Amino acid sequence: MVAAAGDIAASLPPTDLDGLDPSWSRLVPVPATDGVGRTWHLLDNQVADPQLTVLCVHGNPSWSYLYRDLIRQAPPGVRVIAVDQLDMGFSERSGTFRRLARRIDDLTELTDELDLTGPIVTVGHDWGGAISLGWALRHVDRLAGVVLMNTAVHQPEGSPAPGLIRIARSKPVLRNLTVRTPGFVAGALGLSWPPIRRSVRRGFHAPYRSADRREAIARFVADIPLEPDHPSAAPLDAIADGLDALADVPVLLVWGAQDKVFSDRYLHDLERRLPHADVHRYPSASHFVSEDVDAFGPILDWIGALDRTPTDASIDSTLVGRPTRLLDVSAWAGETVAIAGAGDEPDLSFSEYATRVDAVAAWLVEQGVEPGDRVALMIPPGAELAVALYAAWRIGAVIVLIDSGLGPRGMNAAMRVADPAHLLGIRRAVVASRALRWPGRRLSTDDMAAAIERLTGVAHDLPPLPTADDPAAVVFTSGATGPSKGVRYRHRQLEAQRDTLRRLYAITDDDRLVAAFAPFALYGPALGIASIVPDMDVAAPGTLTAAALGDAAVSVDATIVFASPAALVNVVATADQLSAAHRAAFERVRLVLSAGAPVRASLLRRVAGLFPNAAIRTPYGMTECLPVADISLVQLDALDDGDGHGDGDGDGVCVGVPVDGVEVAIRPLDDLGRPTGELVHEPRVVGEVVVRAAHMRDGYDRLWHTEHLASSPPGWHATGDVGHLDDAGRLWIGGRIGHVVATARGAVTPVRLEQLIETLDAVRAAAVVGVGPRGVQQLVAIVETVATTKRDGKRPRLADIALTDAVRRVAGDDIVAVLEVDALPVDRRHNSKIDRTRLADWAEAMLAGGRMRAP
Amino acid sequence: MRVLVTGASSMIGRATVARLVRRGDDVRVLQRHPAGLDVEQILGSITDHDAVATACDGVEGVIHLAAKVGVTGEWGDYEAINVQGTALLVDAARRAGVGRFVHVSSPSVAHAGQALVGAGPDPADPSSTRGHYATSKALAEVATLAASTDDMPIVAIRPHLVWGLGDTQLVGRIVERARQGRLALVGSGAALIDTTYVDNAADALVAALDRAPRLGGRALVVSNGEPRTVAELVRRIVAAAAIDWTDRHVPTPLATGGGAIAERIWRRTGRTDDPPMTSFLAEQLSTAHWFDQRSTREALDWEPSVSLAAGFERLADSYRSSSPSS
Repeated sequence: MVAAAGDIAASLPPTDLDGLDPSWSRLVPVPATDGVGRTWHLLDNQVADPQLTVLCVHGNPSWSYLYRDLIRQAPPGVRVIAVDQLDMGFSERSGTFRRLARRIDDLTELTDELDLTGPIVTVGHDWGGAISLGWALRHVDRLAGVVLMNTAVHQPEGSPAPGLIRIARSKPVLRNLTVRTPGFVAGALGLSWPPIRRSVRRGFHAPYRSADRREAIARFVADIPLEPDHPSAAPLDAIADGLDALADVPVLLVWGAQDKVFSDRYLHDLERRLPHADVHRYPSASHFVSEDVDAFGPILDWIGALDRTPTDASIDSTLVGRPTRLLDVSAWAGETVAIAGAGDEPDLSFSEYATRVDAVAAWLVEQGVEPGDRVALMIPPGAELAVALYAAWRIGAVIVLIDSGLGPRGMNAAMRVADPAHLLGIRRAVVASRALRWPGRRLSTDDMAAAIERLTGVAHDLPPLPTADDPAAVVFTSGATGPSKGVRYRHRQLEAQRDTLRRLYAITDDDRLVAAFAPFALYGPALGIASIVPDMDVAAPGTLTAAALGDAAVSVDATIVFASPAALVNVVATADQLSAAHRAAFERVRLVLSAGAPVRASLLRRVAGLFPNAAIRTPYGMTECLPVADISLVQLDALDDGDGHGDGDGDGVCVGVPVDGVEVAIRPLDDLGRPTGELVHEPRVVGEVVVRAAHMRDGYDRLWHTEHLASSPPGWHATGDVGHLDDAGRLWIGGRIGHVVATARGAVTPVRLEQLIETLDAVRAAAVVGVGPRGVQQLVAIVETVATTKRDGKRPRLADIALTDAVRRVAGDDIVAVLEVDALPVDRRHNSKIDRTRLADWAEAMLAGGRMRAP
Repeated sequence: MRVLVTGASSMIGRATVARLVRRGDDVRVLQRHPAGLDVEQILGSITDHDAVATACDGVEGVIHLAAKVGVTGEWGDYEAINVQGTALLVDAARRAGVGRFVHVSSPSVAHAGQALVGAGPDPADPSSTRGHYATSKALAEVATLAASTDDMPIVAIRPHLVWGLGDTQLVGRIVERARQGRLALVGSGAALIDTTYVDNAADALVAALDRAPRLGGRALVVSNGEPRTVAELVRRIVAAAAIDWTDRHVPTPLATGGGAIAERIWRRTGRTDDPPMTSFLAEQLSTAHWFDQRSTREALDWEPSVSLAAGFERLADSYRSSSPSS
């Protein structure tokens, strides 16, 4: 081979780089390139006769080292090839400026030389994304899939180029940063969080140790087409415009949301161009997403699922084009009350309500809201929200509901994931959204009110109703732990939920609803019945007073009350506020629902005392599927010990029989407490509760892998709860899968032990967690005693011998330690779900000898 | 079975001899000084070639407990007894045609410093141990297991923190310190620690002797499998001895630093007793040490017969009956 002047030959990487197996390295001469031939270094696991080949292309400043963990994790039959682009990594330095179009040619010439057989999945990161797409568009017939990580094909309209790129591109900076010093490599790696460990940073730096090896880093930066007349602008546009050709090719977008260069804006640009793409966005990961999180495991899971035939059993051809039935517009007529006014607000009749929904729908169209657009609603439950919500649905918009109980940080994170095109909120929310730079055009309820005045009685041209299969909502609830996930629903799924509730609780047109539980506060109009939201802060259910509930019940002449346990606790505690009128109204209530978290029968009995003629019932379910099961106080009382736990059948809390239309199965646990078995329906098998129903969620927003794991088997929802069915077909819940303690004697669910410990007079609340490696975990009890209050400020401590002995007497000698805290950490919204994961980490640190601090 | 037990005068040695005798084994002990045991006794040191050869003559199994234990002293002494003495015994046993050999080792041979949380029996590593005792025991274990053959399978048993009645080490020191008003917990006292009630350790050694043919070359950690916090262990021992004591704490860095100083003073002044605190001990008392017992229990087909709770009751009974006032 003749080498041009200035070349550095291709070479093999040092053999001691962290995570890199020297046997993967190959040097491949490609005689066709540049007329003189160029030699590539690439990583190749060299699987013979592969079922699939994964072709990985790095960006700048990086090299094939980026993909070491993908190769390590590759399953049998999958060949992984990760190239070092020419002039980069350990490939040959050609001494020429290789622009985008040339690099796509280079890659094509390489793969021709490699003579790859069988289907190919491309994986590209950073500018490797654009190059791999350029290659993909030339080989569509061979593509099994396309994976892109933090990349771009287009500078989105109206947004400046990323500041870091502009700085790097400026003449004084460029050469100093990229060639004369290794600053660009170090700087790019430095964007990662948590910091990339030193040995891995050394791996990334390895091919760029001298200035003559770094020339292409500067050229890569200079090749970013920021101007329309840039030589690479046309090739990049051709790629961007050509992505239609990938409409039938599966695409996965993997994104680190903290990327200072390729921000969410670029993700959304790609999503618009590849609307069929699966997306997994990691909120905390940065540009080198696969260094910050295990992104390759999920990518390989995605590749593994490629040949799976679509099994979305819930798709029903009769639904195609059928308008949604969620908006029962024909029933919205007459002077019957639709939304009763809380406090001084006037009642709204169904005909007035329908008129307002129409007016606001027309206003939203005026404001540019289009069918399919996401609209975040930041309005407290009540008449305004009920109007805005159904108006948005009326015109085919997708509503985004973010529980304000998430707090500013959680709401901020949710807004960034959901990326709504519009935000309709009360003034405070609009101000906050501006300050926090939330995405979306801002619309205020003040303007909405003005629009109602202006547009009422005016004829509007509204788009047709959305169809049953159209997306309807993205709902973010406060997760007990971890960041909140957006749960996507289609109209047909919400219809099914409404119909399930109607059937289960025999709701008729004669019912009138007090809705003190946020999700159900929205269903009054869909059920076609009068509803009212009592005067309370719905984000803080514990603020509901008995008097406020009484006022609401009087106002709407309620037959049904929906509330959360925390709200009911406060109602019971403030029952002395109730007037004779309140009590009389409560006597006319036929049904009280307590939903949202496990409830104690003792609380329900006290609630029953306030509503003497009502059935007291508790649905069990989750944001992804509600209801799953249902139990009444009468049924709870019929259980052996009357408190829903601890009888011969039960390890946990009895949540009743699965409701009509919900299929419940159990996935048994292995010795390490992982749900790995085949689904069973038999009683007395403990495992993860897996459900299937028409009213189940559609999926998770921009969390492909989370959805994939939760959709096992496809068409089902793995709840993450652990439990079992009893001989009577009742479902018992013993806690969360993540809270199962895998001891040497097998899996232990914490709830039963906690309930036993809570029988002690000295204990107000208890949590049981495991410390140590799974399979040999030890049980630790953490208790809040009646002797302490949250304001004590006492340090957490080991319980004394007397309390330790008492705990072991009821819960067994397997409890290795008892820790005492002033307050167990709970999630904000329910104020009841104990954050056992956090407690387990804390207990592990304390019992390893760490300094005592609050959990 | 005709069994030689070395180090039989220790708490665990006595318990082991008693078990073997009770089940009808023919027991011989090798002792430097008469130990008052009602079994055949060979007087002599583990470093004495002839005494060791005599002791091994005609026995079928060996349980080797003799060792120099401590945190002070010269390396030469540890090496002579723990490394060379063990090598001498293994060699003599092989010559005498002994069919099985249980080497009593220590969990400290594989670990130094870091918290052990559900740890398995990692191989002994003399290069990472801390202190002469652990280093010498690690060298001995490596050499001994390497010498395991089909004719004389050798199994190493590492009991963790053995205690019981008449225990002068753990229990005795805590009680003595508490009586003098000098007892304090290092750090929070919340580190989880495995301990072994002496009867269970003795049972495990006998089980290892019985199953040695299937366990040649293996090392097994033995404990009660009931980790407890240091504070709870100390409180229960003090309570068993009926001493009135309320928790006092010494910050971990202070204890570690103080321990290091004490070690230096002891070394300079040539004291041979153990100082009240050493940096090693401070670390042991302030970091978790508990073990995965699954493979041990399966391999030995053994389970502790005395729970910690029962052990503490026995301890309390013994203090009650020995207390001068009752």
